[in-house]
Parts: sequence; structure tokens; C-alpha cells
Amino acid sequence: MTLKLLLGLWLSLVIIVGIAFPITVNPTNWYDLPLVPGLEDKARIIFFHVPMAWVTTLAFITSLIFGIKFLSNKNMDNDLKSASAAGLGLMFCVLATVTGSLWAKFNWGSFWNWDPRETSIFVLLLIYGAYFALRSAVEGEEKRATLSAVYAIIAGVTAPFFIFVMPRMIEGLHPNEAIVSSGKISMNPTMLIIFLSSLAGFTSLFFWMLNLKVRAERLELKHYLKGE
Amino acid sequence: MKTGSSISATWTIFKKDMYSELRTRYALNALLMFVITTLSVILFSIGNENVSPELLAGVLWIIIFFSTMSGLSRTFVSEEERGTVMTLHLIARPLTVFFGKLLFNLILLGALNVFTVVLYLLLVTGFSVVNYPIFIITIILGTLGLGSGSTIIAAIIAKANTKGTLYPVLSFPILLPLLLTVINATKLSVEGVPLVDAIGEFQVLISYLIVLLAISYLLFEYIWKE
Amino acid sequence: MNLISFSAENIAKTFNRRKIFNDISFTMKEFNSLAITGRNGSGKSTLLKILAGVLSPTKGEMNLVIEGRVIKKEEYFVHLGLVSPYLQLYDEFTGWENLDFFRKVRGLDTADEYLAELLSRVNLSDRKNDFVRTYSSGMKQRLKYAFALIHRPVILLLDEPTSNLDDEGIATVYQIMEEQKKSGILIVATNDKEDITMCEYVIDLNIQTLKKGEK
Repeated sequence: MTLKLLLGLWLSLVIIVGIAFPITVNPTNWYDLPLVPGLEDKARIIFFHVPMAWVTTLAFITSLIFGIKFLSNKNMDNDLKSASAAGLGLMFCVLATVTGSLWAKFNWGSFWNWDPRETSIFVLLLIYGAYFALRSAVEGEEKRATLSAVYAIIAGVTAPFFIFVMPRMIEGLHPNEAIVSSGKISMNPTMLIIFLSSLAGFTSLFFWMLNLKVRAERLELKHYLKGE
Repeated sequence: MKTGSSISATWTIFKKDMYSELRTRYALNALLMFVITTLSVILFSIGNENVSPELLAGVLWIIIFFSTMSGLSRTFVSEEERGTVMTLHLIARPLTVFFGKLLFNLILLGALNVFTVVLYLLLVTGFSVVNYPIFIITIILGTLGLGSGSTIIAAIIAKANTKGTLYPVLSFPILLPLLLTVINATKLSVEGVPLVDAIGEFQVLISYLIVLLAISYLLFEYIWKE
Repeated sequence: MNLISFSAENIAKTFNRRKIFNDISFTMKEFNSLAITGRNGSGKSTLLKILAGVLSPTKGEMNLVIEGRVIKKEEYFVHLGLVSPYLQLYDEFTGWENLDFFRKVRGLDTADEYLAELLSRVNLSDRKNDFVRTYSSGMKQRLKYAFALIHRPVILLLDEPTSNLDDEGIATVYQIMEEQKKSGILIVATNDKEDITMCEYVIDLNIQTLKKGEK
């Protein structure tokens, strides 16, 4: 209960600070954020969009781990966790795609440019979509759990290929090159602290939501079994 | 002795699927007709337009991808639909079945791709390959990767209800890295760059193939076992 | 030392969290025979599939020991034969081609003569070169016996052994069952009175206890 309140407070603070702190050319005050040429105020999206994209990946990995656990011990509870994580992952994936796309409209001039990052998140979206399409198409509970875990693993081992494939295909537009240019992070300490706090906040949010979802699903299952 | 016998068992499964296909022509006819109809639609829509060879390199792989999706699930789906899965369970180890069917799919896809590529080179006048070694290696590695990826996905969708529509949905995200790479490599062969410049593409294709075969080897039993 | 021992320990199967059966246990030695009975839907065929190693049980263990050697689950098919209504053979091949395929996949060095003998036992010699799709249901059932016996299994599992068969076919099946009891273990899932009397032990899936048959 207190944890929940603390998390709410934390994230509210991150949001307020992330939006309210001024961006200046020469940060002098402790609350000043640095100006990234070409991004200006639009740089603030880093506090929200990047953590969402991070949670999308984290959710996929979580789902994968519980999938592997299911295959090794056939405990249906692991499948429940795996599917719940994937469900949240899908939601964060949509959020990251939408926020990224909105930002791209204002910065690059169009909603979609097939930049490597955009392509990767699109592929993740496709994988999540395929995962749930598969789940709804298999009748037997155990078979469904097995097949979706296997599919998640196959997707998990082929997805990293994009890291090698994409740079060969398209020039990157993504501003991580602007903010993290040649290994030097052009964030000042304030910006970095807000960014990391947001990352930590979103990560906790994900695990809190996962916990809630898993408990809700368990209850629903219990209810369903009683009804039989 | 044990490996020797499983190789011959794999071969027997392959031969069974081959004879079965030659007798029933379930997959083959559909595949050939698919290639011919798609190709003619593309030729109609090109008309007298001048389409860049780079774009045509992509179109070739679109035909190959969708023809794969129309026929390569047959080998697993037909066992499931006819109820012969249990028969196979009772006579062979899971991996024997998998590799027999993988071999069948690779041969089928190889034959189909030779047919598609020859037809494409003859009929699509705007498409001319400059560096044939790159082109041929790309077709071979592409066939192997596409065949391996679509075989393991075929094994998955055979157990699901809506097999036909699910197949491309599940395959596309898995095969996309491969497709992007082969399209790129085909472009290189059209542009006529030296062979060395395509090595990077080939490395991606070979490692993709190895990863897919390894993961299929590890996971097929889970899919196959009821 | 026992030649063959096939035991099941607390086998249970649930499907979509619905319990099909629970706690099935038995131990069969060589020359034993077991009948599995129960109402429709009590899971006779499911249990047989589990025993054949085709389906995994939700709970419980099985143990097959042949001449002191513990057989791994993946190798069950080498020692087991199964005839079941759920079993399908390849329609687009002839009876002979089917048997030839099974022999080669199993890696047996069985001679053609043995296949011919099997086919004549199940009375299919004159139809062996016809496609299985032209067979009647009774003929398909008889071909399944040839399929199940091709590797001379130690354990023979029969699901509804006499379904679809005429009197002559039934007589052949009873003869096969008698022979199996002399060479290994016979397990039959059936509700047919006559089939049950051929077996030493009976498990009723609705009661779930092993009892000595009335034989």
C-alpha cells in the first residue's frame, strides 16, 4: 500500500519535473536542462518515450523467462505470468510507438519514416500481435502455453538479428545519435537524474502492474474453477 | 549405430512425404499456380513502366515469401488433419520427424525457387543480374533460411485452429531479418558490386540459418509432443 | 529376475483443468493382461495413449523395465504396439507400402516374408497392393494390427480391439491377444464382456481400483 503511494508520488514528481524544468543554452542553475540543437523542448520526450520502449523490451524478456520456466516445469502459473507480462508489453509497445510517432511528426515531419528504431518497435509490435493471435488459436490450455512459449523463444532469438541487419539497410534518424554522440552523453547531471528516475519509475510501474495482473488472473481462474 | 539408423529413418520420412506429394500434388500444384498468377499480376501492373532493378529485387522476394506461406505448412498440417500424427509418434523419434520434414520442405522450396527465379529472369525484362555469384549464393542461403524458419513455424501452426491465416502472421516477424537481408543482397547483385561487398550479408544469412536450426533442434520436441 | 515389468504410478490427466482421471496405478509382469473399462468419456483412450507414451500425463510416473534395462520414455515406441480408433494410416499409399514405410522408419531388418505373413494373418494378402483409401473400415482396422505387430512388441495396447470387425476378424484378434499373453503384456481398453474375460486384471476407470478378473 505504501509502496503503491510512493510509486505514484515518484512518477508524478518525474512527470512534473520533466515537463517544468527549463531548457537553456548554457545550463547554470541546478534545475536547468541542456539544449540539444534541433530538439529543443521536444527533447523532453526522452523522459517518457524511452522508458516506455525500455519496458516493452523488459516485458518481452520477462515473458520469455517465464515461458522458458513453463517449458521446464510445466507449471501453468508460469504461463499465466508469461502471458500477463506479454499483455503489458503489448500495451507499452503501443504507447511507445504512438509517442514516438507523434514526436516524429513534429521533428521529422511525418509520423512514420522507417527509421531503424521505428522498424524495431514495429517488429516487436508484430511479435506481440502474433503471440496473442497464436494464443487465441490454440484450444488446449497446456498446448497453448507450450506453443506460445516456444514461439516467444524463437522470436527472441531471431529479433537480435535486426541489430545487424538494420544499419545496413537504412540511415538512422533517431536522436539517440544526437544525445549520445560518439559515446559522450550530452545530458547534464540534472537531465540524467530525471531520465534515470523515470526509467526506474517505469520499471517499478511495470512490475507493480504485472503483480496486480497476475493476482487478478489467478482470482479469475479460481472463480472460473469454482463455477464448474 | 543409433545415429546411422536415425539418418535412414529421417530419409524414409522424407521419401514418404515426397511420394505422398507426387501422388496427391497438394502443395506442388498450389505453389506453382501461386507463382504463375502472382508473376502475371506483377507483369500486368508493370506494363511498359520503367521499374528500377532495385525495386524488382524486392518484388522477387515478395513472390517467394508468399508462395512459401501458401505451401510449406502442408507437410505438418496434412499429418495433423488426417490424424496420422499419432502414427508418427508410435514409429519415430520427434527429431527424426522434424528433419525428414525439414528436408522435404527444403527440396520443395528449392525446386520452387529455381522455377520462380528462372521465370522471373526471363519475363521481367527490367531485372538484370550483374553479379551472378552473389545472386546464386543469395538464392541458396535465402532458400535454406526461409525453409528452416517456415518449417518450425509450420509445426506450431499445425496444432492451432486457424492454420491458414496464422501461418504468415507468425512467420513474418521471424523471417523479416532474413527477408531484409536477402533483398539487400539481391540489390547488390543487381548493382554489380564485387563479391567481397556482399560477405556481410552472407554472414548474417549463415548465422541466421544456424540459429534457427539450433533453436528448432532444441524446441521441436515441445511442439510435437501432445 | 523379471523379464518384463511395466508399471504405472498415480497417473492422472487433466485437460483444461478438468480432471479426466486420477491415481491410476498398476504393475504388469510378463504374460499378464489388463483390461481397462469405464463409461464413455471416462478416459480409456486417453489412458492408453499415455501408456503408449504418445501423451504426457499431468501427474504420475511410468516405468518400463525389459530384462533389467530401464527403458526411457522416448524409446517406448520401440517396444510398444498400439491399435486404436484414433490411429490413422496413410490413405494415399497401399497396404504394403504402409507396412514397408513403418518397417524402414523403425529401422527394422524384417524380411518381406514376415510382412507378407502379417498381411495374410489379417486377411489382406489379396488387397495389399490397393490404396488404403479404398479399404473398408474393417480392413483398415485389420491393417492396424499389422502396423502394431510389425516390430514384435513386448507390450500390446488395444483400444476397442474388435470394433468394425466381422466374426472372422474378431477370431483373428482373439488369437493375436492369446499369443500376446504368451509372449509379453497385453492391455486392452474395452467395455466388451468377452474382451474383458480374456484379461487377468481389470481397472474400472469409474472406480479406479485394480482387481483380479473373474477368470
